[in-house]
Amino acid sequence: MIQSARESENGTDRSAPDPMVPRFLRVRRRIREATDVVSLEIGSDEAGAPVPGFRPGQFNMLYAFGVGEIPISVSGDPSTTSSITHTVRAVGPVSAALAELRPGDSVGVRGPFGTCWPVDEAAGYDVLVVASGIGLVPLRPVLYHLLRYREAHGRVALLYGARTPRDLLYRRELDVWRRTPNLQVRVTLSRAGPEWVGDVGYVTGLLPKVRFTPTDTIAMVCGPEPMIRSTARELESIGLPATQIFVSLERNMKCAIGFCGHCQLGPNFICKDGPVFRYDRVRDPMAVREL
Amino acid sequence: MTSIEELLRLHPFLRGLPGEIVVLVAGCAKNVVFQPNGFVFREGGDADSFYLVRHGTVALESFVPGRGPISFLTVKSGEILGADWLVPPYRWSFDARAVELTRAIAFDGKCLRDKCEADPRVGYELMKRFVPPLVERLRTARLQSLDLLDDPKRPRK
Amino acid sequence: MTGGSARSGAPIATITVDGLQLVLQALRRGGFRTLGPTIRDQAIVYDDIGGVDDLPRGWTDEQDGGRYRLARRTDGSLFGYSVGPHSWKRFLHPPRSRLWQAERGPDGVRLVPEDLPAERLAFIGVRACEVRAIAIQDRVFLEGPHRDPHYELRRTRTLIVAVNCGTAGGTCFCVSMNAGPKVEKGFDLALTELLEEDRHDFLVEVGSAQGRSLLEEVPHRPATPRDLEAARAVVARTAASMGREMASDDLHGLLGRNLEHPRWDEVATRCLSCANCTMVCPTCFCTTVEDTTDPSGNHAERWRRWDSCFTLDFSYIHGGSVRATARSRYRQWMTHKLATWIDQFGTSGCVGCGRCITWCPVGIDITEEVRAIRGSASATERST
Repeated sequence: MIQSARESENGTDRSAPDPMVPRFLRVRRRIREATDVVSLEIGSDEAGAPVPGFRPGQFNMLYAFGVGEIPISVSGDPSTTSSITHTVRAVGPVSAALAELRPGDSVGVRGPFGTCWPVDEAAGYDVLVVASGIGLVPLRPVLYHLLRYREAHGRVALLYGARTPRDLLYRRELDVWRRTPNLQVRVTLSRAGPEWVGDVGYVTGLLPKVRFTPTDTIAMVCGPEPMIRSTARELESIGLPATQIFVSLERNMKCAIGFCGHCQLGPNFICKDGPVFRYDRVRDPMAVREL
Repeated sequence: MTSIEELLRLHPFLRGLPGEIVVLVAGCAKNVVFQPNGFVFREGGDADSFYLVRHGTVALESFVPGRGPISFLTVKSGEILGADWLVPPYRWSFDARAVELTRAIAFDGKCLRDKCEADPRVGYELMKRFVPPLVERLRTARLQSLDLLDDPKRPRK
Repeated sequence: MTGGSARSGAPIATITVDGLQLVLQALRRGGFRTLGPTIRDQAIVYDDIGGVDDLPRGWTDEQDGGRYRLARRTDGSLFGYSVGPHSWKRFLHPPRSRLWQAERGPDGVRLVPEDLPAERLAFIGVRACEVRAIAIQDRVFLEGPHRDPHYELRRTRTLIVAVNCGTAGGTCFCVSMNAGPKVEKGFDLALTELLEEDRHDFLVEVGSAQGRSLLEEVPHRPATPRDLEAARAVVARTAASMGREMASDDLHGLLGRNLEHPRWDEVATRCLSCANCTMVCPTCFCTTVEDTTDPSGNHAERWRRWDSCFTLDFSYIHGGSVRATARSRYRQWMTHKLATWIDQFGTSGCVGCGRCITWCPVGIDITEEVRAIRGSASATERST
């Protein structure tokens, strides 16, 4: 006798969390980083739902109630467990809604998702962090990690390019890092007025100004794709193999769990095979227009 | 049919170049043609050629996912195309796409570099001609990058 | 998970048409919703069926690029047609489903998760290509780093009565995709319709314990050598009359080397980006998420619905789409289906059902596109 629907009914299994369901947490702090760029420090709600941990390079899907959900890189210190910080640039309706959240507001969080920067694998290497514009956001957790475990690495350098002085992110941290011994920090702008006494030029122009041994260096690069391509090319030309260059990419995402299909770049799902990739894996797909 | 040497003598880039040097570099040269929308070279490829454009237009572009190809310079008749072949590791930094039917003289980059290396006089005569257009392009690229034609509603600086 | 394979030693029986009716009745008694092919709107679609009388007895389909017509057969075959615009993914991976609801109040947000599906489904008449397509979607939703709990539950509650095709369709090419016409595994029961002058019955292969229990509820007799030979002949005849053929040798390498082939420009002059192919394809799984709210702004819902890589905003980032041209979108669909799917899931994404050819309004034929790229003497590499 085949089992009837009623006889064989299993209870719905609610113990396995549905990866499309967010937890609702609360904004603790809102920091204006630059025009249109806001950091949100997110903590537990009253029920005490734990704040998710993360590894540098990962992202969460942040949901603005009733508006929508987008992938946002985690930008805070991975060793902080009581809160999690994201930096959002308002470019569309969802990011604008997120950037308007105030302390006490609810925010939906799903994640963390994605691959992470190779901070553990970089033990014993010199580390070069190269960021352009908003690309510094997913790399800030790397800086926190490197400084916490400083003795595990050789020379560490941050190269950061922004458009104008007003576009600089994380100014307080930049000042702290510039004064940190054992950390090379070079910042350049695309253009600036006379009040800026630092470098003006393209971020790859800073490479000769920091010390590292290319063959023994791991590089982590993030920014607009043409910048990633030219930075990687430049690094390879000075002897850094593509297997030691890591990049973070982005594409349209709806689910972040490899089901919606939107984030594909060739065979790669940015949400689960990335967003951090070793450069030799994505160099060819990145070179094909409109792939 | 005009020989490659004749074409070289006629090209503005090599104006005043001593005859025997024209003959020498002609050994590295050949005639090429690019169809409309054909690529002359691709970003990341081996920068193994140098081009003198005879007729037509080539756009130098970078591709930005979500924005498409963005052209920042067009190279026309009488102008030179390609600078990465001069500097190791000899990889193209941008895409170069023929906007219309384009005829050019293509030089084998290594052949030219070897000839410059072998005879410093040849090297200097060529470099004297390369440097001014490259400096000019650098100069105008700077002016372009100042984005002076900004939208007045956007915050300045 | 239901569905096993017809292992040697597993019972093979025959049942009559009345026996098939009793199978359907047994399923309904057991609380299953019986879904199968039936005629609606001049096509054979998958819908609820009450009994054998709802099947398209005596009908066949005529399919070609951009063409689908029903036609009368000269016999009373119950399964004498190939596949129509529906695939079983509409039940396992529904076109629209709500993921959750949420209420925002003074104390914060309360989320109401969706009840997981409770229905038991019996798919009647699942073809070999479709059994394969279901297995392919199983890989996507159940075998990656994340599992879709809704798909999983629906899948475990689905019983599959497969049918080995007796008629090949005008756009079918399952043989060259190694996906049919005979069902090898992944079913509970597999039927082969035996319709000759002196008989109209079904060979039945058992593929699972659940299939065996079902068979035991209806009158059946052991299959004779004549029955087995008749069934083999049916399958062989179908395999020999495929409407299309895919030159499937190393498609991964071929397409990977030809991402800038001029054929993409050519097909782009014909492709309308209408997304029909992705809607009818039994393995296409792309979806989008819709977050909505009511006028008060305090009740929100999240819905998932089918999406297509052919839509312009599928790849939208930073104020523009990465695949802004029809050329790049067609290339994405075809190279994903035939090549990068293998990198991602270990198998091809194509089962050779031919639906994309039939339902393309301009008759673009995926087998012809492959042939054109393969056959071109100077299959160009990436840079010209």
